[in-house]
Amino acid sequence: MPLAREHELHRRRSGRNIGVGLLLVAFILLVFGLTIAKVERGGTIEAFDHTYRPGLAVRHEELQQGEER
Amino acid sequence: MSDIRANASDVAAGAAEPGFGDFVALLKPRVMSLVVFTALVGMLAAPVALHPIEALAAILFIALGAGASGALNMWWDADIDAVMRRTATRPIPAGRIAPGEALGLGMALSGIAVVMLGLATNWAAAGLLAFTIFFYAVIYTMWLKRWTPQNIVIGGAAGAFPPVIGWMAATGGLAIEPLLMFLVIFMWTPPHFWALALFVKNDYDRAEVPMLTVTHGRRATRAHILVYSAALAPVAVGAAFTGIGGPLYLALAVVLNLLLLRGAWRIWRRDETAAAADGWRVEKRFFRFTLSYLFLHFGAILAEAALRPLAVWPVALWS
Repeated sequence: MPLAREHELHRRRSGRNIGVGLLLVAFILLVFGLTIAKVERGGTIEAFDHTYRPGLAVRHEELQQGEER
Repeated sequence: MSDIRANASDVAAGAAEPGFGDFVALLKPRVMSLVVFTALVGMLAAPVALHPIEALAAILFIALGAGASGALNMWWDADIDAVMRRTATRPIPAGRIAPGEALGLGMALSGIAVVMLGLATNWAAAGLLAFTIFFYAVIYTMWLKRWTPQNIVIGGAAGAFPPVIGWMAATGGLAIEPLLMFLVIFMWTPPHFWALALFVKNDYDRAEVPMLTVTHGRRATRAHILVYSAALAPVAVGAAFTGIGGPLYLALAVVLNLLLLRGAWRIWRRDETAAAADGWRVEKRFFRFTLSYLFLHFGAILAEAALRPLAVWPVALWS
């Protein structure tokens, strides 16, 4: 005996469910592709990593140089 | 479980089950195809190139936003769609989709389209997409469509935004070129639809939607076609002298706009007796011509964008 009983409703809605499923898969692929495209293009990726972010570090050095002068 | 039981009882009562195609129809796929084309031209004509995946995503989400506004339009207009022959078979008046489902789908897709366009490209383009959906669904559909015979003019603005969104998705800003593309579609829409209104017997009056042919008469509609065509021609030709133009576009625009003005002049000169005698031949020909007119103008912009890297035209002659 199968674990899930096949209801008539499942057959009737199969076209709709397959359509939604394919759309979701396409959406996932698109978001994955976008992620790869944005990472590939590079630029500085900054996040908190228990140290100064590169942008902040440069600014800090500039301030220090200014004070020394 | 209760959901299955409830749905099973609906079926027993003879309720129609919406298919995937009904939800697609709710997004007005024919309108979406025009949106895809004009947005793509706006994006490719821009001086900044997007990554192909970003460009694909941007076009898809602009189209999705257009579809969402179509669903919201069908939700609000279900009552008038039901009394017009052309629209009576749409999913809501035909009883295949509940109005609430259309509203939910329209709102959800609007949110997804705007957020995803913002993440894929930039928030200026996403903001303009959000405004376009608001403009079409609220300003046009809910407010002005049933109030003024200039509804075609206002509705035309909603259809004119996609190339601007495409341009903004690529550049993140505005310029004279996307505004000219906006104006070409904006001023093209009224003569195109009023020419159709002259020879198609629709039942907008039964739905109490004010159409220029009914509220101001057919003579005034003919005059409006001429005035809008006269205003459109210099804008369409003028675009040739901006960054999106070039000799190819200029040559095509001059020919197309002379033909446009000749057609509009002929429509203006005719009276109803003459039009009825030859089965509205001039009006039908003008309507078909306006379809090619828009497609060829945007096709020429696309061709100029493709030719630009090849440096076919001398820079000093055309920059």
